[in-house]
Amino acid sequence: MSLITIITIVIGIILWLLVATLAFTAAMRSKALFREGAYEGVRDFVVLIPRVLIGVVGSGYIAAVMPQDLIITWIGPGSGVLGITIAAVFGAATPGGAVVGFAVGAAALKGGAGAPQVIAYTTAWSLYTIQRLFNWEIHMMPPRVVWLRAFVSIPLPIMAGVAAMLIGKP
Amino acid sequence: MAERRRRVRTFEWSTLVIALTSVVAGAIVYLRDGTDRFLAILTNDLWLFSGMLPKMAAGCLIAAFVTRLLPREVVARVVGSESGLVGILVAMVMGAVLPGGPLTIYPVAGAFLLLGADIGTAVAFITAWNLLGYNRALIWELPFFGPEFVGWRIVMALPLPIIAGLLARAVARIAARRWGGDE
Repeated sequence: MSLITIITIVIGIILWLLVATLAFTAAMRSKALFREGAYEGVRDFVVLIPRVLIGVVGSGYIAAVMPQDLIITWIGPGSGVLGITIAAVFGAATPGGAVVGFAVGAAALKGGAGAPQVIAYTTAWSLYTIQRLFNWEIHMMPPRVVWLRAFVSIPLPIMAGVAAMLIGKP
Repeated sequence: MAERRRRVRTFEWSTLVIALTSVVAGAIVYLRDGTDRFLAILTNDLWLFSGMLPKMAAGCLIAAFVTRLLPREVVARVVGSESGLVGILVAMVMGAVLPGGPLTIYPVAGAFLLLGADIGTAVAFITAWNLLGYNRALIWELPFFGPEFVGWRIVMALPLPIIAGLLARAVARIAARRWGGDE
């Protein structure tokens, strides 16, 4: 068994121990609290399955039809800091919810993009998700906080990508 | 604070766009490369997905229980009362631990700004929620990328909320010195 497999199994066990502890704590407080929590958790899971499934399977097919040489040239493993920067810009500009951001990133990775470049992409996308910024953050936070956060976030995706490139992981 | 709403919507436009793109891409693969390649991609992705299902389920349940056991007011109070580097670290941990969407996160960040936390703390909190939230990593990221990629992605992202918080503080201080006004 590889180290990754062992770590994955250990994390799975820890997660379910955490579920058990939280469920037990909730049940100690009140039966209703436990029932509500369990119901909502299961419901969310069931609702999420088809959505994530569409994205995961879709990313495989999208990767297969994407122009591979173009991806490798621009954001491939050999594209370096320029590729990381390009990926970060695309990530910040990608509209849509979680399915879009992760499906595009996964498709790029399967289609020949470098891991540091994809890390820069998903990091930039997570930090800037445009709909969230304009639909929620602008209305719920003081504007100066929103702009300051957007401004100081500029170097972060590139930092994450370069760090991944320097240590050569994943 | 806005009342807690359904975290997960049953339908979303972006999912529909991805679904349609996937159907078109799948059809192209089927017609261009044949049945074998079409099925190979399908089984490969389904295998990864099915392996991640238990962790997705755990993620949903943890989020549902933490939402009930860790009141947002408590988070706001804990983060709001800290300052300095400790404040940023506490904000980072809370941002990673607190489940929920924008309706939960932004009001909490706004609340601890009112309680006396500085702008760097708020920025660190939102950045941690964006990059380190276990909720999104378990439910969304893992089925797409698998554990090795997600694990390293999170390791790379660990220092980023601290950097963002300190940078925000520095920029706010410079802005205050140049143009006056509160930090």
